[in-house]
Amino acid sequence: MKFDTPATSNPIDQLRVVGQPVDRIDGPLKTTGTAPYAYERHDVARDQAYGYVLGAGIGKGRVAAMDTAAAKAAPGVIAVVTTLDMPRLGKGEMNTAFLFGGAEIQHYHQAIAVVVAESFEQARDAAAMIRTRYVREPGRFDLAAEAPKAQLASADSGEGSGAPQEDRTGDFEGAFAQAAVTLDETYSTPDESHAMMEPHATIAAWEGEKLTVWTSSQMIAWGRRDLAKTLGIPAENVRFDSPYIGGGFGGKLFLRADAVLAALGAKAAGRSVKLALTRPLIANNTTHRPATIQRIRIGAGRDGRITAIAHESLSGDLPEGQPETAVSQTRLLYAGANRLTALRLAVLDLPEGNSMRAPGEAPGLMALEMAMDEMAERLGMDPIDFRIVNDTQVDPEHAERPFSQRQLVQCLRIGAERFGWNRRSATPGQRREGQWLVGLGMAAGFRNNLVMKSGARVRLHGNGAVTVETDMTDIGTGSYTIIAQTAAEMMGLPLEKVTVRLGDSDFPVSSGSGGQFGGNSSTAGVYAACVKLREAVARRLGFNSAEARFEGGQVRAGNRSVPLGQAAGEAGLTAEDQMEYGDLAERYQQSTFAGHFVEVAVHAATGETRVRRMLAVCAAGRILNPKSARSQVIGAMTMGVGAALMEELAVDKRHGFFVNHDLAGYEVPVHADIPHQEVIFLDETDPISSPMKAKGVGELGICGVGAAVANAVYNATGLRVRDYPITLDKLLDRLPELA
Amino acid sequence: MSRVTLRVNGEERSLELDPRTTLLDALREQLQLTGSKKGCDHGQCGACTVMVEGRRIYSCLTLAVMHDGEAVTTIEGLGRPDALHPMQAAFVKHDGYQCGYCTPGQICASVATLQEIEAGIPSHVTADLTAAPQLTAEEIRERMSGNICRCGAYSNIVEAITEVAGRPA
Ligand code: FES
Ligand code: FES
Repeated sequence: MKFDTPATSNPIDQLRVVGQPVDRIDGPLKTTGTAPYAYERHDVARDQAYGYVLGAGIGKGRVAAMDTAAAKAAPGVIAVVTTLDMPRLGKGEMNTAFLFGGAEIQHYHQAIAVVVAESFEQARDAAAMIRTRYVREPGRFDLAAEAPKAQLASADSGEGSGAPQEDRTGDFEGAFAQAAVTLDETYSTPDESHAMMEPHATIAAWEGEKLTVWTSSQMIAWGRRDLAKTLGIPAENVRFDSPYIGGGFGGKLFLRADAVLAALGAKAAGRSVKLALTRPLIANNTTHRPATIQRIRIGAGRDGRITAIAHESLSGDLPEGQPETAVSQTRLLYAGANRLTALRLAVLDLPEGNSMRAPGEAPGLMALEMAMDEMAERLGMDPIDFRIVNDTQVDPEHAERPFSQRQLVQCLRIGAERFGWNRRSATPGQRREGQWLVGLGMAAGFRNNLVMKSGARVRLHGNGAVTVETDMTDIGTGSYTIIAQTAAEMMGLPLEKVTVRLGDSDFPVSSGSGGQFGGNSSTAGVYAACVKLREAVARRLGFNSAEARFEGGQVRAGNRSVPLGQAAGEAGLTAEDQMEYGDLAERYQQSTFAGHFVEVAVHAATGETRVRRMLAVCAAGRILNPKSARSQVIGAMTMGVGAALMEELAVDKRHGFFVNHDLAGYEVPVHADIPHQEVIFLDETDPISSPMKAKGVGELGICGVGAAVANAVYNATGLRVRDYPITLDKLLDRLPELA
Repeated sequence: MSRVTLRVNGEERSLELDPRTTLLDALREQLQLTGSKKGCDHGQCGACTVMVEGRRIYSCLTLAVMHDGEAVTTIEGLGRPDALHPMQAAFVKHDGYQCGYCTPGQICASVATLQEIEAGIPSHVTADLTAAPQLTAEEIRERMSGNICRCGAYSNIVEAITEVAGRPA
């Protein structure tokens, strides 16, 4: 099915099941510990041996020699495979760093060996016996130091954000020089780690030439293709299965070393092999959100109208890597005739930088929305009024392209009222409660809505139940549930009558989970398959498919009513289709919007920041399940608090690695850091987006949160910290004297 | 190899183990009770939380052989998909999870948290160490802070616990 004209009314609009805040259908499994994650599939392959992955101990250079004699002789060891045993393996299309093979070390904790043994304890012990001799080479590990050598680079995150290397509209320099009020500041965001709770893990089993991996992947089709490419085998010989994923946030978008080494280990051992990357490997062996240094210039008239806006971002990556697309939202968020964005990329020898929840916008808005707060103050305007004055209903670079929906102003106004914004003092550092300095902050949230081709297969059984199969993944996003809701709505069934099977490469290829495109895109694919199934049912039952109504487990037309299951017959009735998209995304700008509001208290003596209240007001199309969508938003808000106040991979600039590579050193928010969170979804449907009229929401929730926290800290203390995270050491020596 | 007998969810289980085996790996690998999760294997995340002799413990930070003869309750011992424990049901109702990987640990810790407050055990935020600790959101958050949820379900988890504790969320 092709979606190339705006949606009119369709069965989804009934909202009997879709749009309802139903509990997740996988809830009973997840809360009882019976949902099987990758490392836990004891049932899928016989005789599973244990693999243990060894990471390189240098940041750049070569492996000169590896002595594996002791490891091979250690109790229980079945096989040892080292990177020197083979030339460098091929590289997946989505990978920047090579995953295994050959002597060259591109980054710290790059995998250099896998030990396979009868038990985990034996494999771990033997891995520690491998003696590796390295030849170190000097590396480039300091982003600021490499800045002068950085090159302009265009980028597309593939997840909805992107920018040309340099993008100009009007005459930025001229307008900025003439602006009555200006701002020119530099902001920095650190390297961040996804730190999903389930480490990357895989069980691999070979049957002749055929390889099956039970793994933890957001994108089944990409993973399968890239594993085949890396191993140099045909993709048809690889099966990926990933029904439950313990968090991804972008860290499991791409093939990683766990799948490659499980496959190599299994081949060498002649047995199925299970392995997980140990927690200390996650930060350096896999990918991370790259650090940025961002310069923002804004010029405005005294009326607050922006006349000139420039956003330039520098980030680093390995050779052949990409810049963090931190300027992407600045092309679309505010009006202004004269505009400039630029992306610069420095070559670094740190681990691979890549997508993490809202790549581009998350760090980009941390800078832009702090700059907007600063600019509002210079103009003597309320920060909300300043944003409203500069709202635009069209793409500011291409005025002929309207936004399909844009309710940013409503998000801000409703949020202001609900949060009690009028109690904020425009002068910072005014509100004091004992030793606590209290402040309010806000920021706009913005994230593009991407639509992706997505397929599904639906099978009707004789008992009137339906099974949906698609290689879509549920990474905590609620895919199981919204897909079941979609099929139930389309087929006129209660939710219990729908079974959803996900994450298997034997199923039709879906959008996968990333870039907040998964919810809308995958359900649109299920919609397409259900439309086909409805037609097949109508045909079988002798109904005119345009007239047939599907409700209460019956198919009705005129005064005839037949149980749905009757159409299935003995063999069942199956339909498969995919949703593809025309050029609506070119003709209209599709984006999602939010207003984020935060109250913080900063301790006047210690500089400790506590978040006291949070509110997000979101305009993101039809909300398919308000309960799970709200969870997506609060989870993203939580990650936004982490980015604002604590998360930072500390770079060892001499040896070239992230030092704090575990969950004790890399701090993420815990219960005590997060207050009750409020989320409001504006009533919105977007017929330009898909027949579901939905948009993404899982990443919108993080976009702008960091700046809202930072702006609240400023409002509390009068101290502006432009270097994230805002840890207490950056406030301490400037805090006001204690009374 | 060492012999150890554990009473797991009310059932005697005798195991022949490598003495280096953590309680977590004994549960997940030998007994194939994979409800307890391994998030870090280093006592940094709480995903492996179980109850031993009625007290919660990070099962990755303790060796199985140290618990010979002891009673271990895992998530599987609290309830089943068709017979949920009230805390499991409250997590479903309040959507106190997303990916589900931290969830068994969160639920075990939640049950333990309520028991600890009930037993009068103070926490870091208990103002009066001699008075009975109060069942406040602050107490719950403090006591649950050894269980990371990277999906960020905290706000909902606190509501689930509060409901089970019998106070309006
Ligand atoms: S796995 Fe035990 S605390 Fe993380
Ligand atoms: S539900 Fe995913 S980490 Fe808590």
